[in-house]
Amino acid sequence: MDTQIDQSGVDRGGPAQPLLTLEGLQKHFPIKGGLMGRTVATVRAVDGVTFTVQKGETLGIVGESGCGKSTTARLLMRLMPPDTGTMIFDGESVGEGNAGGIALRDYRRQVQMVFQDSYASLNPRLPIEDSIAFAPKVHGLSDAEARTRARDLLAAVGLAPQSFARRYPHELSGGQRQRVNIARALALRPRLVILDEPVSALDKSVEAQVLNLLVELKAQFGLTYVFISHDLNVVQFISDRVLVMYLGEVAEIGPVDAIYDRPAHPYTRALLASRPSMDPAKRRTEPPLTGDPPNPVNPPSGCRFRTRCTLAEDVCAAKKPLMADLGGGHLAACHIASPGSGHSKAGVMA
Amino acid sequence: MSAALKMDTPAPLMRLKDVHVTFRTRDRTVHAVNGVDMELAQGEVLCILGESGSGKSVTLRALMRLLPKFAQVSGGVEVAGRDVMAMNEKELSHYRGGDVSMIFQEPMTAMDPVFTIGRQIAEVVQRHEGVSRSVADARALELLELVQIPSAKRRLAAYPHELSGGLRQRAMIAVALACRPKLLLADEPTTALDATVQIQVLLLLRELQQKMGMGVIFVTHDLGVAGEIADRVAVMYAGKVVEEGPVASFMAGPAHPYPRGLLNSTVHGNMRGKILTTIPGAPPSLSTKPVNCSFAPRCTMAEQACLDAIPPMVELGGGRRARCIKLG
Ligand SMILES: Nc1ncnc2c1ncn2[C@@H]1O[C@H](COP(=O)(O)OP(=O)(O)OP(=O)(O)O)[C@@H](O)[C@H]1O
Ligand SMILES: Nc1ncnc2c1ncn2[C@@H]1O[C@H](COP(=O)(O)OP(=O)(O)O)[C@@H](O)[C@H]1O
Ligand code: SF4
Ligand code: SF4
Ligand SMILES: [Mg+2]
Ligand SMILES: [Mg+2]
Repeated sequence: MDTQIDQSGVDRGGPAQPLLTLEGLQKHFPIKGGLMGRTVATVRAVDGVTFTVQKGETLGIVGESGCGKSTTARLLMRLMPPDTGTMIFDGESVGEGNAGGIALRDYRRQVQMVFQDSYASLNPRLPIEDSIAFAPKVHGLSDAEARTRARDLLAAVGLAPQSFARRYPHELSGGQRQRVNIARALALRPRLVILDEPVSALDKSVEAQVLNLLVELKAQFGLTYVFISHDLNVVQFISDRVLVMYLGEVAEIGPVDAIYDRPAHPYTRALLASRPSMDPAKRRTEPPLTGDPPNPVNPPSGCRFRTRCTLAEDVCAAKKPLMADLGGGHLAACHIASPGSGHSKAGVMA
Repeated sequence: MSAALKMDTPAPLMRLKDVHVTFRTRDRTVHAVNGVDMELAQGEVLCILGESGSGKSVTLRALMRLLPKFAQVSGGVEVAGRDVMAMNEKELSHYRGGDVSMIFQEPMTAMDPVFTIGRQIAEVVQRHEGVSRSVADARALELLELVQIPSAKRRLAAYPHELSGGLRQRAMIAVALACRPKLLLADEPTTALDATVQIQVLLLLRELQQKMGMGVIFVTHDLGVAGEIADRVAVMYAGKVVEEGPVASFMAGPAHPYPRGLLNSTVHGNMRGKILTTIPGAPPSLSTKPVNCSFAPRCTMAEQACLDAIPPMVELGGGRRARCIKLG
C-alpha cells in the first residue's frame, strides 16, 4: 500500500483552477567583491515574472542563455526562495503550511524536476533501481514497495527492469540515463514536472524517443509539465502554451499556435527567424538579430530588448512596456502591441 | 596536359583514402574510424553529419595529425597535394595553422587565457610568416574587423574571458584565419551558441569562406546547420561514411536508412500531436572492428545479406553515394 505518499496529490480546486500561479516572482543574485566582500553588483536573473500553469498542460519556456529560465525553474521547485512574489499551488500559498497554505515538504513531493545533465543528477554508486526507490523510501514506503514502484517505473520509461534495474549510471547511454531521471522524477507521483533542457544533450534519434516517452507518460500519469528548452522546434512539438523570456522578464506568452504563427513581440519574431532552415533553397541572408544577449547585471531602461530591437523608438527607452492583451490568452510586452503607448507603430502592426 | 583535361580532373584540396583510427589502451579498444574515403574540392563546404561517437572529431583530428601517440592511424591523408602522413614535426607545425586550421565548439580550447586576443593573432602571423611585430599587429586588427567584431581596435587588448560567447567564437575564427588557410576544419563551432548567435556565426563563416575561397569541413550533428552552410554532406555512422551527396538532394530525401531515420526523427515544423518517428536502439559500441553493416541491429530493412559483409559504397548518380545493399 502506498496511499500514504499519494493522497496529498489529489486535485483540489478542480480543472479550472490553475495548478500553479506565480505573481511578481523576483530573484536577484548579489555579486560580492572587494576586500570587504561587499555587494558590487546585482544579477537580476528573474525580475518580476507573472504567469500560471494550467492543470494538465505543457507550458514551454524559451529564451537565450542567461535569460533566467533555469532560475525560474529552481524557484518553481523552491530549491531557493524568491526575493519577492507569491506562488499559489492549486489554491494554496506555497511555504505557509501552518498559515493555511501548503508546507514546502508537501509541495516538493508534488513538484519534481529533470535536468539536462543526466549523469550529474544520478548517484554513481547506486544501481539505478535504488536511485529511483530512494525518495519513496524516505517518504515512508517499505523496501519492497519502493522496489516494486522503481521497477514499474523503469518498465514505464522503456527500460526492462530485469536487464536494467541493477545497472549503474555509467553502464547506460545518455538517453537511457535520461529515462532513469524521468523515472526517478515520477517516483513520488508528482503532479507537476519541471523539465530543464531534458533532451538538449541527446542525439536527435534519441531525443525523439525521449520526447515520445514524455508525451506518453504525461497522459498515463495525468501530469502537468513546465518544459524549458532553447530549441524552438522541440518546444513547438511538446507545448500547449509558450512563454518567451528575455533578460529576466516575460516578453510574450500565449497558446503555441499564436506564438508561432502570430508572434507579436519583435524578440519572439527574431528568435523564430533564427532557426536554421533544413532547406538549402531557403537559406538566411541576414541575421535576424545582431550581438549577444546583454548582461542581466545592468539591464537597459524601459524595454530591455530595445538595444537589439530594430523597431525601438524613444518611448522604448523611457517607458517599460505593459503586457498588452491580444486576446485568447496571448500577451506581449511591447509598446507596438499597446494602443496609445506612444510608439508610432502602436496599433498598426498585429 | 590540355586545359580540357585539367577541367575534367581538378585536383581535390583534400583527400582521405581508407583512413582507420583505433584507440587501444590496456582496458579498452575503440575502433573510432573504420575506412573513411572523402574528398573536398577547392572552395567547397562539406558538412560531416552524425551522432555523437560516430567518429567525426577523430576524422578531423586525423586530418590535422592531432591524435594521441597511442592511436593507431592508417590510410592516406593528402592536403593541397601534400602527403600529410609523411610530414615530420617541423613540416606539421607549418601545416597546422598555415595550410589548415581548426576551430572548436569551446573557443577556450583554442585560445590562451593569459594573452590578449590581439597578441594571439599577431603571434600566429609572426610564427608562420616571419613578419615584424608591427606588421603582425596590423594584421590582427584587420582580422578582427574581418570577423566583424565591433570596436575591433579596443578588443585587441581584451583577454578571451572578457568577451561574450559569440565574440569569443569570432575571435577564435580570426586566429584560425590569421594565415589565410586553404582548408578550415570546424568541429561543431556553433553547437554551444544560442540560435540567434549561431545564425550570425554561420552567416559570417559562409561569407568568409566565399571571400577567401577556402575549403571548409564543418562537423555538426544538426541537420539545420548543414542546410544553412553545406555544399555537400557526408553522414557518418560507426566510423564509416554511409551516405554522401549534394546538400539539396540529400535534404530532399536521403537514400540510406540511417540518415532517412535521422531526418524523420528530427523535430521540425509543426509536428505537434504526432508520434515522432524514431530509430530504435542506440549506436554500436566500437570495441570490435565492423565486419558487416553496423546499422543492421537498428535497421527495419535488415536481412541476412546485410550481416555477411560490409556493404560497398554504391553510386546513385548526381554525385550521390550510399553504403547499403538495398540501393543501386
Ligand atoms: N547562484 C547564482 N549567482 C549569481 N548569478 C547567478 C546565479 N544563478 C544564476 N545566475 C545568473 O542569472 C542569470 C540567469 O541564469 P539562468 O541559469 O536562469 O539562465 P538560463 O536562462 O537557464 O540560461 P541557459 O540557457 O544558459 O541555461 C545569468 O546571468 C546567470 O549567470
Ligand atoms: N583520445 C581518445 N582515446 C580513446 N578513445 C577516443 C579518443 N578520442 C575519441 N575516442 C573514441 O572514438 C569514438 C569516436 O569519437 P569522436 O570522433 O569524438 O565522435 P564524434 O563523432 O562525436 O565527434 C568514440 O567512441 C570516442 O569515445
Ligand atoms: S517596446 Fe520598443 S524596443 Fe521593446 S520590443 Fe517593442 S518596439 Fe522593440
Ligand atoms: S545494408 Fe542492410 S542493414 Fe544496412 S542499412 Fe542497408 S538494409 Fe539496413
Ligand atoms: Mg539553464
Ligand atoms: Mg565530436
